[in-house]
Amino acid sequence: MSAHDPIELAAARPDFAAIAAWIPEGASVLDLGCGDGSLLRYLKETCKVRGYGVEISDANIVACIKNGVNVIQGDLDSGLSGFESNAFDFVLLSQTLQATRHTEPLVREMLRVGREAIVSFPNFGHWKARLHVLRGHMPVSDELPYQWYDTPNVHLCTLHDFEKFCTDLSLQILDRRVMTGGSEIHLLPNLLGSMAVYRFKRAG
Amino acid sequence: MNNSVGIVSAQRATFDTPLIFRSGAVLPRYELVYETYGTLNADKSNAILVCHALSGHHHVAGVYADAPGNVGWWDTMIGPGKPVDTDKFFVIGVNNLGGCHGSTGPSSFDPQTGKPYGASFPVITVEDWVESQARLADRLGIKQFAAVMGGSLGGMQAMQWSLSYPERVRHVLAIATAPHLTAENIAFNDVARNAILTDPDFHGGNFYQHGVVPTRGLRLARMLGHITYLSDDAMADKFGRSLRAGKLGYSYDIEFEIESYLRYQGDKFAAYFDANTYLLMTKALDYFDPARACDGNLDKAFAAARADFLVLSFTSDWRFSPERSREIVNTLLHNRRNVSYAEISSEHGHDSFLMPHEHYFDLMRAYLDKIAKEFSA
Repeated sequence: MSAHDPIELAAARPDFAAIAAWIPEGASVLDLGCGDGSLLRYLKETCKVRGYGVEISDANIVACIKNGVNVIQGDLDSGLSGFESNAFDFVLLSQTLQATRHTEPLVREMLRVGREAIVSFPNFGHWKARLHVLRGHMPVSDELPYQWYDTPNVHLCTLHDFEKFCTDLSLQILDRRVMTGGSEIHLLPNLLGSMAVYRFKRAG
Repeated sequence: MNNSVGIVSAQRATFDTPLIFRSGAVLPRYELVYETYGTLNADKSNAILVCHALSGHHHVAGVYADAPGNVGWWDTMIGPGKPVDTDKFFVIGVNNLGGCHGSTGPSSFDPQTGKPYGASFPVITVEDWVESQARLADRLGIKQFAAVMGGSLGGMQAMQWSLSYPERVRHVLAIATAPHLTAENIAFNDVARNAILTDPDFHGGNFYQHGVVPTRGLRLARMLGHITYLSDDAMADKFGRSLRAGKLGYSYDIEFEIESYLRYQGDKFAAYFDANTYLLMTKALDYFDPARACDGNLDKAFAAARADFLVLSFTSDWRFSPERSREIVNTLLHNRRNVSYAEISSEHGHDSFLMPHEHYFDLMRAYLDKIAKEFSA
């Protein structure tokens, strides 16, 4: 079994399976902040997507090429101007939202370029995060492994925050999956879920 | 030299079917010199064509038995275990038609007149080159290249391959190139051409019969070109304001190290390169513009392409800047081609594509290893 076996990948990254469940076979996908291309490769193998990734790191560009996925080197914070409107069925932002600087314009751009957007992020409202803050410290966890001084995460939010953000931007949430360690959370998601995946589009 | 292709020798192919140029001119017969490295596999699916840039030629890798110091111009990239791995690929380097390294060009004898072609050699385009290279591929029995690759003007040929012969190229590696030259770029070429055209020794292109060479023009052209292939930072690092004599001489002799370097480069180039070939090469660069036939719409021009693409640019390259590569990438995205793009941090300007650079080579190796798996699987 290779490190990129779909089953192993899904176990390591529970949001992958959640995302794949929403994507019909053969869809076109743009993955923003695609890292080493694992998600795109997973979606290629499970959903036969036609996809591209956007990534800034040199090492990840090489990793994407090794993973056999298309990758365009670029900075998300300088926008998606190279991409045509409605060019993709889905635009993904997996565990990257919290590290973007210009988050609101980026989310608008996602829905210019794609018909639907899928976003996953660590839930800052998770009880462990709250407990850290209650004890007087910034949260550090599996989902948020950084110290306050070295974190790339500049825009952290809770499920409630994200849903209000969608309302404010006139975005219609189509589906949501909340998870902790690979198990789906239905009860008190903003307190018990460590990670969330949302699927949304422009309202109306 | 354990990772060199070792001793190589040039081969020659003669084509007797007339080649009709874009300009309408006809060349009844021509020869191409080329070299090959590695072994063509049984189903002939592992061939890579390396297209050269302005001053390049067919000697891409290895050395000659009688000239062990004459190392191929992309030897760092191509060889056993190198990014373009000759243990896996059959690599072809060809001297372009109109060149001055053995293929038929302005300095070759025209059998109809018994004199060098000189000014009568047709102005050639990138499309014409691809046509001539396709005939060489036919001759070698290669129906489809695993990849066609090149930097700068070589990248233009690689792209043109995917437009002229979409089914004959699986991958295009377009490095430090552009979908067409900008006005500024054409302007540089025109100054270079003018240096040659106005040299009294040029004789309208027929200088061979006069027993002279327009050395001054060629040397100026090369000096100008060379400046544009480097970057401000690279020149500052390498030469700064260093003086050869250590002090000002209050004369017009060579004083600054950069002057010395440029004149050396100019002299070296003018000693072996043909002035008419230089003119042809710069003209081919200026004319390349696949969008032109599609009312300026590059997306339409690339609609024919079927290949997958790797597009690479270098941060300090201002002659073929990363923005120009992004134009290629955007067109490929609009056409839903498979494409990967990387912008490589390098301070060496346009010349970066010829230099060994760890990340650049990692990218090439990763991409080419994926290609190799397509035919070894």
